[in-house]
Amino acid sequence: MDTVIGVQYKDGVIIAADQANARSILIYQSNLDKIKQLTSHSAMGVSGPNCDLVQFTEYISKNLQLYELRHEGTKLSTKAQANFCRNELAVALRKGPYQVSALLGGFDLTTQKPSLYYLDYMGTLQKVPFGAQGYAQYFTLSTMDREYRENLDETAALDIIGKAIHELQSRFLIKQNNFIIKVIDQDGVRVHSQGADPADT
Amino acid sequence: MEPLVVGDDILDIGSRKAVDRYCGNKAQLGLSQDLLMGRPGAFDVPNVKDPALYCSSHFRSTCGTGDAGQEIKFAKGTTTLAFKFNGGIIVSVDSRATQGNYISSQTVKKVIEMNPYLLGTMAGGAADCSYWERRLNLQCRMYELRNGRRITVAAASKLLAGTMASYRGYGLSMGTMITGWDETGPQLYYVDDDGTRLKGKMFSVGSGSTFAYGVLDNYYREDLTLEEAIDLGKRAIYHATYRDAASGGINNLYHVTKDGWVKIHAIDVNDMHYEFEEEKRNEMSS
Repeated sequence: MDTVIGVQYKDGVIIAADQANARSILIYQSNLDKIKQLTSHSAMGVSGPNCDLVQFTEYISKNLQLYELRHEGTKLSTKAQANFCRNELAVALRKGPYQVSALLGGFDLTTQKPSLYYLDYMGTLQKVPFGAQGYAQYFTLSTMDREYRENLDETAALDIIGKAIHELQSRFLIKQNNFIIKVIDQDGVRVHSQGADPADT
Repeated sequence: MEPLVVGDDILDIGSRKAVDRYCGNKAQLGLSQDLLMGRPGAFDVPNVKDPALYCSSHFRSTCGTGDAGQEIKFAKGTTTLAFKFNGGIIVSVDSRATQGNYISSQTVKKVIEMNPYLLGTMAGGAADCSYWERRLNLQCRMYELRNGRRITVAAASKLLAGTMASYRGYGLSMGTMITGWDETGPQLYYVDDDGTRLKGKMFSVGSGSTFAYGVLDNYYREDLTLEEAIDLGKRAIYHATYRDAASGGINNLYHVTKDGWVKIHAIDVNDMHYEFEEEKRNEMSS
């Protein structure tokens, strides 16, 4: 039921995710933050059970941090991070799979380029200019196909995200009132807007 | 597939014990590989091809009559709730245990007093809750002894969630709230048998939780006074026991403060029923 949407633009990546955690007919919480920061300039929006979301993202982000500590502060490129994630998902698949589907967005300071990767619980990895996870795919991909251009600016990219969320809120059976939107660019990862404050607990 | 276990070794980091645990114990003990299913220090599991499937199909505690075909039906059925307000945390629970259609007990202690400043609630399988929370209590005490300070509620709930995560698929049934007051203030965490861990201001768990939420959501405010909060906790449980067959008995209510938890009352929900009925009658006539 989770929604994760991502759009890459000229100077960065925007990732949006819904903020609800629900089981069967009950909403347990509606101010979750499902876009987990991995390194200073990358973040992963994740859909899936809360347990796998937390265990997987913490495992990945701590290992990425360990890499930096071991290699004199060398930061891994977004491509390397995405491939690391994919490998971990693939290895776990036949043992105890992480049932997560994610969109990993990052900005490489060395090449000054943003990138967005689509990751699946089966170990799929694909670099994409925009993407969605969950039921959101059915509702938002066409809008994003229609609107996306090369070298968008931040406003245009946010507009696409806005249109995608609007479509979900109009047509998707499950009401998702709260969305958290994060921008990853040269200055790092920041929250652009949030429906409900994840820290309000 | 060997069960993945997060044992207490997470607390052993730096000690020699952690290294010895995984090296050659099986050979030293002189037992064949087949007889030692789990790693030493981990649990033995049924000697079948797929222990996870066996456990989850034969020992699962499920809602309603989902476990009708099992030889052993585990005690379940509950309403528990906890919420944070300006004066701390209120934890309010019922005390009924049902096994299928049979009420096996009306006097279950569903708030587990782990230590003077940490409380855990019980929903789902009674055995699972009480065992794992007692084990968590052990881990908390070990932390305290090793580090010279109390464990935070965040860390305690993380330990429990990690344990649940490693036993995923084994049919454990536990929906609990870990609450306490540590140096960061009052904290409330919801931890689940599938490893979910959520930090929040208000949770209700169990078969009667939806009914409790109805009352809680409509009357909750952060600036409740202590009397109002106790009343809200009491009423929410009452309304849940009124509508949910699997909840009832006695309402046990606790208040978590800076100096630890305090048990406020233990009132039979039947008595509450007549009290509230009379209250409504008086309201209508005035």
